[in-house]
Amino acid sequence: MDQPASKSEAADSSRRSPGLIGCLLLAPLLIWVVAFVVAPALIMLVYSFGEREVLGGVRLAFSLRSWSRVGDPIYLSILWKSVEYAGLTTLICVLVGYPVAFVVGRADERRRPMLLTLVMIPFWTSFLIRTYAWVTILKSRGLLNSVLMQLDWIGEPIEMMYTPFAVIIGLVYTFLPFMILPIYGSVEKLDPSLIEAALDLGAGPWRTFRRVILPLTMPGVSAGILLCFVPALGLYAVNDILGGGRVDMIGNVIENQFKGTARNWPFGAALGTALLAAFALAFWLTRRPDREARIGI
Amino acid sequence: MKSARRLLKAHTGLVLLFLYLPILVLVVYSFNAAKLNVIWKGFTLEWYVRIWSDTGLTRSLQNSLIVALLTTGISVALGTTGAWLLFRYRYPAERLLQTLVFLPMIVPEVILGVSLLILFVVVHLELGFTTVIISHVTFCFPFVMAAVQARLVGMDPSLEEAALDLGATPLVAFRKVIVPYLMPAIVSGALMAFTLSLDDVIVTYFTASASSRTLPLEMFGRVKKGVDPSLNAISTVFIAATVLAVLTAQMFNRSGARMAHATLGEGKDS
Repeated sequence: MDQPASKSEAADSSRRSPGLIGCLLLAPLLIWVVAFVVAPALIMLVYSFGEREVLGGVRLAFSLRSWSRVGDPIYLSILWKSVEYAGLTTLICVLVGYPVAFVVGRADERRRPMLLTLVMIPFWTSFLIRTYAWVTILKSRGLLNSVLMQLDWIGEPIEMMYTPFAVIIGLVYTFLPFMILPIYGSVEKLDPSLIEAALDLGAGPWRTFRRVILPLTMPGVSAGILLCFVPALGLYAVNDILGGGRVDMIGNVIENQFKGTARNWPFGAALGTALLAAFALAFWLTRRPDREARIGI
Repeated sequence: MKSARRLLKAHTGLVLLFLYLPILVLVVYSFNAAKLNVIWKGFTLEWYVRIWSDTGLTRSLQNSLIVALLTTGISVALGTTGAWLLFRYRYPAERLLQTLVFLPMIVPEVILGVSLLILFVVVHLELGFTTVIISHVTFCFPFVMAAVQARLVGMDPSLEEAALDLGATPLVAFRKVIVPYLMPAIVSGALMAFTLSLDDVIVTYFTASASSRTLPLEMFGRVKKGVDPSLNAISTVFIAATVLAVLTAQMFNRSGARMAHATLGEGKDS
């Protein structure tokens, strides 16, 4: 009986109101997201106000002790150091990755899939394995030192492992594909005639890049920054392997509160919540409705 | 302009070299007879053979495969139906739901791991396979959903209508028309989920127990102690598997485009 109605509705738009069955079918997804994404975040927030007990347990309370520790100069300086590391990593990734994304995105149709696959493979390869690969290269009797000594450029092996240098290399190596791929997405959508128009109208290559190409590919760059910067803040494993625990980052501090010797869950929860808030802020800033890219030559 | 283009290409070449050289070094050294030295002492398969007598590695590999398979199965079910329902129906607060679904894809892993650990402790769920699989599905199924949604964008809505008009129930239409159409995306999403689950270190670190240790956790523990040729060997196996998975996923996506045209053509004929 109601068939004609639903049909005309379908003609208006292919999407219908879900009804009871549609809602029931969505229930598993909804429950999953509420139980394992929303609830954990809220419980973490609640825990951050808890009190630590003697044996490492947690008593629920409304205590600001953990939060005031987040503001402690020691942790603020670690947080700042992490921001520096993550920021430097992101900056290097943008500078190194953008030209690559541009070349891949503007390569001719036949070669593009191959180039894209070449970028995809490291993206999907375990970062643990990729970080570990650097140990062989950077350790004091490793490949790089051996080569440099063979060439007589250095007399003694240089200590490269467990230095900020090693950590930055490891982080850049981990996140570079995460920067290239979103920028590639923007470059591929770029209309070549816009570039030609700019060049025809007398803008030099640099000006064309700055006034036309860069604004139009900015969504990809901000997505890349989001995918690099925030995870780099929390990726303590690279730091564990290449920094040997001598380089303190916020991820290591959080990890230590839960699994390590520090054992202070409320404090770890407070740090985790703070990092989540920082992430939400970064997300909001990069995902604001894209203002129409202004093109002016 | 010409020289600029050449410079860009040279730069790209160098970056690709930077991306692949360490992996190559790892693979080459997995065949090196020397145990700790960087000097090449001849070709050997000894380290590959050793993997099989190393119970720490074999047991954790077994755990990893169990976890990855179950994670992939649940992720495909959740991700595919979720994508389809959100495509077909108009739900309230859809955008919020989408954001929440995709959050675990991009949130720092340490936060995901820690918050899930606290949840499991609060609800007294003992750490083990269940907790590892729950946490893996949470960050894997969004990838399946994203892949399927990307394919749904290009779908002709008349495909389902035609099936329904011809008398198929919505369930039959979904199984016989929609799922085959989505298959390439489902396969590539499943491969992503499998790879991600197999590779994960950080979230697993917080949610696994000693008996449900996965291979990456076992490797992480050893990597911190330094270089070990068995690790080179098992890493090489992993890299080979990843390359294979990426190539397969890409192949499916491409033949998927052709399959789509064929399916749509048939749909229009009938």
